[in-house]
Amino acid sequence: MTSLIILSVFGIINLFLGFLRSNKLLMPLAMLVLVIVFGANAYDWSLGTQSFFSEMLVVDRYTVAFTGIVVLTTLLLLPFSEKYVREGEANLAEYYSLLLFALVGAIMMVAYNNMLMLFIGIEILSISMYVVAGADKRNARSNEAALKYFLMGAFATGILLFGVALVYGATGTFYLSQLGAAIANPANAEFTPMLYIGILLIIIGISFKVGAAPFHFWTPDVYEGSPTFFTAYMSTVVKTAGFAAFFKLLLVGFGGAQSFWMPTVLAITILTLLIGNLGAVAQTSVKRMLAYSSISHAGYLFIALVAFDQNLSANGIFFYSLAYSVATVSAFAVLKLVADQRQREDYDGLGGLYRTNPLLAGCLTISMLSLAGIPLTGGFFGKFFVFSAAVSQGYIGLVVFALVMSMVSIYYYLRPVIAAYLRPLPVNAQPVYVSSFQSVMLVVLAILTVVLGVLPGLVSGLL
Amino acid sequence: MLTVFLLLWPVAAALLLHFFKGGAARVVALGAALVELAVAAFAAVVSRGNVSGQFDVNYQWVASAGINFHVGMDGLSVLLVLLTTFLVPVILLAAFRREYENPSSLYALVLFMQTGLVGVFVSLDAFLFYFFWEVALIPIYFIAGVWGGERRVQVTFKFFLYTIIGSLFMLAGFVYLYFQTGPAASGLAQHTSELSAFYNLNLSSSEQSWLFWLIFAAFAVKMPIFPFHTWQPDTYTESPTVATMLLSGIMLKMGVYGVMRWLLPVVPYGVSQWQPLVLILSVIGIVYGAIIAIRQQDIKRLIAYSSFSHVGLMAAGIFSLTQTGMQGAVIQMLAHGVNVVGLFFAADVIERRTGTRNIADLGGLTRRTPLLTVTFLVVLLGSAALPLTSGFVGEFLLLAGVYEYNAWMGAVAGLTVIFAAVYLLRMFQRVMLGPDSSFTSTITDLSGAELAVMVPLVVLVFWIGLFPNTFLHISEPAVMQLLNIVKR
Repeated sequence: MTSLIILSVFGIINLFLGFLRSNKLLMPLAMLVLVIVFGANAYDWSLGTQSFFSEMLVVDRYTVAFTGIVVLTTLLLLPFSEKYVREGEANLAEYYSLLLFALVGAIMMVAYNNMLMLFIGIEILSISMYVVAGADKRNARSNEAALKYFLMGAFATGILLFGVALVYGATGTFYLSQLGAAIANPANAEFTPMLYIGILLIIIGISFKVGAAPFHFWTPDVYEGSPTFFTAYMSTVVKTAGFAAFFKLLLVGFGGAQSFWMPTVLAITILTLLIGNLGAVAQTSVKRMLAYSSISHAGYLFIALVAFDQNLSANGIFFYSLAYSVATVSAFAVLKLVADQRQREDYDGLGGLYRTNPLLAGCLTISMLSLAGIPLTGGFFGKFFVFSAAVSQGYIGLVVFALVMSMVSIYYYLRPVIAAYLRPLPVNAQPVYVSSFQSVMLVVLAILTVVLGVLPGLVSGLL
Repeated sequence: MLTVFLLLWPVAAALLLHFFKGGAARVVALGAALVELAVAAFAAVVSRGNVSGQFDVNYQWVASAGINFHVGMDGLSVLLVLLTTFLVPVILLAAFRREYENPSSLYALVLFMQTGLVGVFVSLDAFLFYFFWEVALIPIYFIAGVWGGERRVQVTFKFFLYTIIGSLFMLAGFVYLYFQTGPAASGLAQHTSELSAFYNLNLSSSEQSWLFWLIFAAFAVKMPIFPFHTWQPDTYTESPTVATMLLSGIMLKMGVYGVMRWLLPVVPYGVSQWQPLVLILSVIGIVYGAIIAIRQQDIKRLIAYSSFSHVGLMAAGIFSLTQTGMQGAVIQMLAHGVNVVGLFFAADVIERRTGTRNIADLGGLTRRTPLLTVTFLVVLLGSAALPLTSGFVGEFLLLAGVYEYNAWMGAVAGLTVIFAAVYLLRMFQRVMLGPDSSFTSTITDLSGAELAVMVPLVVLVFWIGLFPNTFLHISEPAVMQLLNIVKR
């Protein structure tokens, strides 16, 4: 709760900091606040379960763990906004504030105990994202991305809200636990279609937000059009918060109607894995490939939802999100640095990176190996925990399918690595400028990925 | 602790190498590899005559999932660790002779790979085994890719995809086995991925039947067994010689070792169901590889196919499920490692001096290079399984094992000895004897450092050939124990 307050207050203060003549202070200050928030959140771990606002928000270990991921991800990502600082971007303070507000939304999404809070959290997060998607105002692609994101997102919000209203109509409550009790109560076995349509609409709405197929079609365009820095934010924080919220909703709220929604979720899982991975294969732009890859990772996270085991799934989602976020931030960071300075986002644009910037090439490799789920990196254990959760519930066919899909993914994750190490340097390419602070952060990201891959026990048993 | 040292030491040295350049980097890399060899040799001496439980180290790794960091060495492991630690310094020495760009990264990758290789041979936990299995792959991919020949991009890509897809099947098999341990439908912490637990599972024979292929996929690609071999000749040819030596000398043994430790005892019924088919595939590989080798014009490619043919025989020996065959495979793993590294090094020496590997372009090397001729001939005859050399003992035992299983198969497999003599001696004759060619008129003999590579190999060729019992005694108890589990 403290973290929500700090973030909101500082978000507003930060807006006024925009009046300062120099914006060099903005990033260090934002990072400092995030460090404080991370600390405050970590302290909440020791306090056990607390509830706020008539139990509309509940801070328990689940909440703390996922808040930790989203705050950490933002913290690790911020140094790569430096280009905007150097170029004297006029609205920089606003963008930082929007990111912090988005974080408030994300935290509400993992802490909600009431469907209205979920809705408000999603909206706070989404509206900030609509704006930052269009941050590159003079770029038509960025404008397209913002508009597309906004229209599609508003549409999804409508569906979600409709679903919430229907479920409320059927059960008479917004509270998750009461909802769960009402649905599980055998006396209410004969429910009106209202409840089921409501559940279905909510599932569709959230699937939309996390970019799961067949509601994914906005993702590639939006991710490609948005400035890379914000794309990285969308594909990590938004996904993590979305899945944390989704799992809580399904487990606590809709657990009793499992037999009804499971086929839908299963279908979404299979489609998402298929479309994400096959889509990524065909791409020529690294950024668009990463957009499809983020769809495919939504698919792997969906497997944890399908497994639907209180401990194994929560743990799987937690570890997977963490490993995925760290690797994705690192991948987008390298891509952003290279793409900004070489003005291209295709595979050959990464050519010869190993010669000019061995550090970038190394970090890119580690993040790609992690995304592909190869041992020594966090991504391997992420997949391992998610898959074993599914196997323990008997979904062997699904896991085999997911394994085949990860074999496909190795193909496209290897391509940036091949480009960086084996392809020639593009004509006239200069070494990519990386500030020393960014280098340090890249090394931190790489070390985090390897630590997650070598000592997964550090965080795997938390939930 | 000794085992852990063997695993951590090369990584530490690899990290340290980033701070060294040029000559200093060579000294550090070679020094580290020699220390590793000394420790492994000490382990081999200590472990003589013991069965298992040697140098066991068991820590909790992922406690919430019942995964342990469990390593240990029995006679079989210790021999392969010894082979790895012996070949790595030799390969490093060989690499020093060639002007590679960015050499300290190359040496660091070789040492890093050594950790993966040793890890594979000492792991006693399935996920740890898989972990090291992939850790060994990543450095070799970069060595082959960054320092390779013209077609390296496509070739290494194919190699990487083949091997990793194979190993993902193995992982799927391990995950299934993992969930068979412990009570059904319980939390992860009740399951275990210990090798010993896998040995004691009660799997139905139909389960074992498909599990066999899941696990075998990884090993079959790595060895490679016909028809999973198509990545191999290209990769061996296009890779820099360092990578080729690592691949053929050590990495191939990961597959053979994997079959002995992680396939046969885990799914014995599956093995007995598929035994005839795998034997037939192996024998096809033996003959097919040998026939193609006869027709090769490129020295490296010829050795690649000969290696493919030889590994087929190892697989056949193991799948005969006889003690003779298994022991033959063990000794042949050592012999083949030594021989093939020597052959590839000789090919590299010739290529570096003449600029060609094409057999037709070469000739008459003997007159100017007596040292090369003698050492090359020794490893070549070792590979052709001449009595008193390393290859003979292994092939004899392997063929005897296959013969025990089925006389006809033994007879066909026996063709390998004849074929090997044909293609190897034909190559030697055309390259070393005969009239000079324009490429070979200015060739110089082996330098001191190159002799330092060849002489240890030559010594071992004779050592294994004359005193195979030094090594067979070490592996015998371990092999007996494995067979007892298989035949249970």
